[in-house]
Amino acid sequence: MKLPVSWLAEFITFPKNFDPAKNVEKLVAAFVKVGFEVENVVNPASGIKGPLKVGTVLEIEELSGHKKPIRYVALDLGEKSKRYVICGATNFVVGDQVVVAVPGAVLPGNFAISARETYGKLSNGMICSARELGLGEDHSGIIVLSERFKNGSDALKALGADDPIIDIAVNPDRGYAMSVRGAARELAMSLGFQFKDIESKALLNKLAKAKKSGKVTQVEILDKSGADLIFLRSLSGLDPSAKTPAWMARRLTQAGMRPISLAVDVTNYVMLELGQPLHAFDAEKINGRLRVQRANSFKSITTLDNQVRKLIKDDLLIADEKRPLALAGTMGGLDSEVGVETTKIALEAAHFNPVAVARNSRRHILSSEASRRFERGVDPLLAEIASARAALLLIEHGGARYHGSASKGALPKAKFTAISPSEISELIGTEYSSAEVAKALVAVGCKVSKSGKKWRITSPSWRSDLNHLSDFAEEVARFYGYERIPSRVPTPKIPKSGKTGLSPLQQRRRFLSLALANRGFTEVHNYPFVNQSQMDLFGFTGERAKTFKIANPISDQNPLLRTHLSIGLLETAARNLARGAKSVALFESGLIFRDIKKLENSTGISTAKRPSAAQIKKIYESVPFQSLHIGGVVAGEIELSGWWGKGRTASWEDAVSITSQLLREITSDFSVKNVDLAPWHPGRCAEFVVAGKPVAHAGEIHPRICAALGLPERTIFFALLVDAIPVQGAIQAKPVIAMPAAIQDVSFYLSSQVSAAEITAALREGAGELLESVELFDRFQREGENQISLAFTLTFRAPDRTLTGEEVAKLREQATGSVVERFKATLRS
Amino acid sequence: MSSSPISVDPAQIELIKERAILAISGAKNLDELKEIKISHVGDRSPIARANQSLGQVPIEERAATGKLIGTARANINQAFDDKERELTLARDTKALVEERVDVTLPTQRTHRGALHPLTSLRYEIEDLFVGLGYQVAEGPELESGWLNFDALNIPEDHPARTMQDTFFIEPIDSGLVLRTHTSPVQIRTMLENEPPIYVICPGRTYRSDELDATHTPVFNQVEGLVVDKGITMADLKGTLDLFAARIFGPDVTTRIRPSFFPFTEPSAEVDFFYNGRWIEWGGCGMVNPKVLEACGIDTSLYTGFAFGMGLERTLMVRNGITDMHDIVEGDLRFSRQFGVGSR
Repeated sequence: MKLPVSWLAEFITFPKNFDPAKNVEKLVAAFVKVGFEVENVVNPASGIKGPLKVGTVLEIEELSGHKKPIRYVALDLGEKSKRYVICGATNFVVGDQVVVAVPGAVLPGNFAISARETYGKLSNGMICSARELGLGEDHSGIIVLSERFKNGSDALKALGADDPIIDIAVNPDRGYAMSVRGAARELAMSLGFQFKDIESKALLNKLAKAKKSGKVTQVEILDKSGADLIFLRSLSGLDPSAKTPAWMARRLTQAGMRPISLAVDVTNYVMLELGQPLHAFDAEKINGRLRVQRANSFKSITTLDNQVRKLIKDDLLIADEKRPLALAGTMGGLDSEVGVETTKIALEAAHFNPVAVARNSRRHILSSEASRRFERGVDPLLAEIASARAALLLIEHGGARYHGSASKGALPKAKFTAISPSEISELIGTEYSSAEVAKALVAVGCKVSKSGKKWRITSPSWRSDLNHLSDFAEEVARFYGYERIPSRVPTPKIPKSGKTGLSPLQQRRRFLSLALANRGFTEVHNYPFVNQSQMDLFGFTGERAKTFKIANPISDQNPLLRTHLSIGLLETAARNLARGAKSVALFESGLIFRDIKKLENSTGISTAKRPSAAQIKKIYESVPFQSLHIGGVVAGEIELSGWWGKGRTASWEDAVSITSQLLREITSDFSVKNVDLAPWHPGRCAEFVVAGKPVAHAGEIHPRICAALGLPERTIFFALLVDAIPVQGAIQAKPVIAMPAAIQDVSFYLSSQVSAAEITAALREGAGELLESVELFDRFQREGENQISLAFTLTFRAPDRTLTGEEVAKLREQATGSVVERFKATLRS
Repeated sequence: MSSSPISVDPAQIELIKERAILAISGAKNLDELKEIKISHVGDRSPIARANQSLGQVPIEERAATGKLIGTARANINQAFDDKERELTLARDTKALVEERVDVTLPTQRTHRGALHPLTSLRYEIEDLFVGLGYQVAEGPELESGWLNFDALNIPEDHPARTMQDTFFIEPIDSGLVLRTHTSPVQIRTMLENEPPIYVICPGRTYRSDELDATHTPVFNQVEGLVVDKGITMADLKGTLDLFAARIFGPDVTTRIRPSFFPFTEPSAEVDFFYNGRWIEWGGCGMVNPKVLEACGIDTSLYTGFAFGMGLERTLMVRNGITDMHDIVEGDLRFSRQFGVGSR
């Protein structure tokens, strides 16, 4: 909301020694103090120093013989003699009034004006363009004033450039401040100055007195849910050639609106001033009565911006008996627009339902000055007053005659809230006396009726947001400034659940992240956005191919949510390599998204009270489970080359080793198997299983993907499904046995298709509890053979005795026997 | 063992001794000394042989001669021991000099890892609040509109809903959105727990802003929520002061100024004073009773406060990061500046 200070000043009684235009910083601080962020301050005069005067052009002498036209101009600056200046512009004639910077003036950019010889003449000042004054970009010619001013008078004033503009951000609960009047009320309150309201009674009386007989267009509200009040004032005899007064046009421009025509400008001016959107219809284009209604059978409307808009039944309209005339509270229609020949005006001011206007605006993607105000709530008292103010301006400046008004609906009843002033102090945490509470509430416009402990607070008509103790508490706290609130640290209590500190899962996530960082991996946070061609390249199938699509992605490039961390991590690895890294080790922890379960829909569940258990279940089941993964990639060397010699390229073993180490530290029991799973190499991927469920995968990335992304061959990747790993209870320690161990080496020939894990498991199973450990110490495969040799060291130990040679031989026999039998293995002696 | 007897008159003994000591003192290294030991100190050395020849000495001179030989021998041994110590020290010293290496050579043969500084910052904040007695609450990033908006007093047609540039999921009537703040975690916490509630909610959030030097569509927030008896805005202010001092330094103060959020009333913006200026940090306020009621919390017994700030902004200000691209692009060179344990 752009607020010219001169306009604000019309609503505030400033002390004699306080010139608001010269105290912009104080005004800005005052706005911030009561909750309005100041987005910008435009203060053109701040860059101009010294005399800038209005002058009338008396004579023009064209100087020839130069590359461009040069004029030697005689000016009347109200001085004893003519003042002569050189000017390169030609867009003025004798008699025009122009802006003259005289010697001693300093223009923006520290451009000092002095008298000087140029083109063989003495130039005693400069005629200015808008750009030279920092008032705009126009440098096509000098400024020619459109109104008459006294020669020699202050040109900044004539230009309105002596009037700073403060642009404030208005939060959605403060719709009333989207007007000069509302913002001024806040500013006055914040500064402690007197607010000077409009004289609404005098205004209405003045209009009533001006009433002359004539046709009054009638109005009706067909849909009471759309509007509770409407005023329609009928005028005729408007002079279509009447110009918008310059002061009004200037203020509209300052506030960021474009002057159009008197009728339109008056409605906009009153809207900016008071906050009530108004619409002027050409009364001769209204068929019968004006109606507030839903679109129902009307199919389309062409709005003022020349767009044909298809209507839906629920759209709220202003219509006549034949056709739609406007999208209510949003934008007028082209058909009933006030045109160059319009003399009869029907001036409409209504109090529309904020939700109805919000829907109009949202459905038609049409946010207007009017809709933004209605959505935030407009003071219902304003419809009558603002329409009267606009009618009076049309009478005054357009020669119109007023014939009376039609209105329907009624003012909503004033609401009151019962609160005791002590409750406010209790909520804010500092003591406000009863007198202070009353003073603050009255200052914001409330009526306070004190009877007993509980007071009856009636909110002002423009504050539909004040309904609850906390709303009034904010007003009091704001009035006295938040800096009055002391600082106190509460002492947290143990929750009823008894849980304290980080959860086991949170601890695990931290542990794994720190473990990876300490093992040389650098953490990255990738966006979870991917696209279908990436999904296809990675070859995801089944659950990992099913994801969610963003309806309004920033770019259409990546509209999908990741189902796996690999896409982002591998892309980031490739980017690092492209930027010059020789090899990279990265990890990421984050959520993944899979669209694999039919979801409930929780739209529309009431928030008036706690939802039922069934509704809560529905809300929770309307959201997909999002699993936490930790993934890592090593592209290139895992042991680095250096002055010591060549390094070592990462391979599947590193992926499996790192994953095993990480798992071993958070769970005591897992198994590993070979799997063929995208995006890994089909023969080089390990799946880690706990309690029958996969909890991690690790291996080399499919060569096709490495090639496509420009990653080195054998790039490794691993992913841990962090929340799939069961949280373990306290580990029950086994006693350390002091008895001696019996060590046996065994080796087998068997099919290369059999995994080491399977043999290890079979040895354990066959040997039983006295087998303490199994370690593979040798593996070889002869060239061209599909048999492999695996050799293990078996360590046997009994808790209570030294095992005899016979016992050990038997245990060995049991262990190897099951392997030989199950895997058709040959035992090598 | 037998060796030829030698003369044992005092002059001879003196000569043996002098020769032996001269030889010992001339040894250049331990190997030479070893040779000398054999010829001048050992069992076949002249002095040993002289001792063996003592039997030939007349009995009355034997004691005196014996003493003479003993003294000479002791002198030789002493000289030998001294020389051996000297040469051993010289050898060891030389060896240590030769074994000198350049310890400034690069030794890092493995990758150097690092946490993302946002993660370290998150730990720091979690530790601060866990230390105070809070819990850390988390929730999904793909969230129901009911939890992200409705329950937070942001109804469908309220202008506040369009304040947040939301990513919607197809089909739009699924009601699923990428959460625009971590506030839905507050709602989940209040639906799942009775007061007293003391939690912080860190996590990733989404808004459809283009990536530029100061914006990113995917960012991190940390929110705090306290619901208990007698909680006031002063408790909020105190908690913010503590938080700011911990993150930015003990002398850093905060200020709050009025603002609007649908889920808090009164609402405030919080700024902190850092390097000579006020910097916007986040939003906060007393939990709107409508929000408490939507979660079934008795507003006649309980009040609460909530606050929320962006981790990226906090990190950028504190650590002098000027371009958001550095935080989001995953370039190793960025995170490595921070390592694992530093801030």
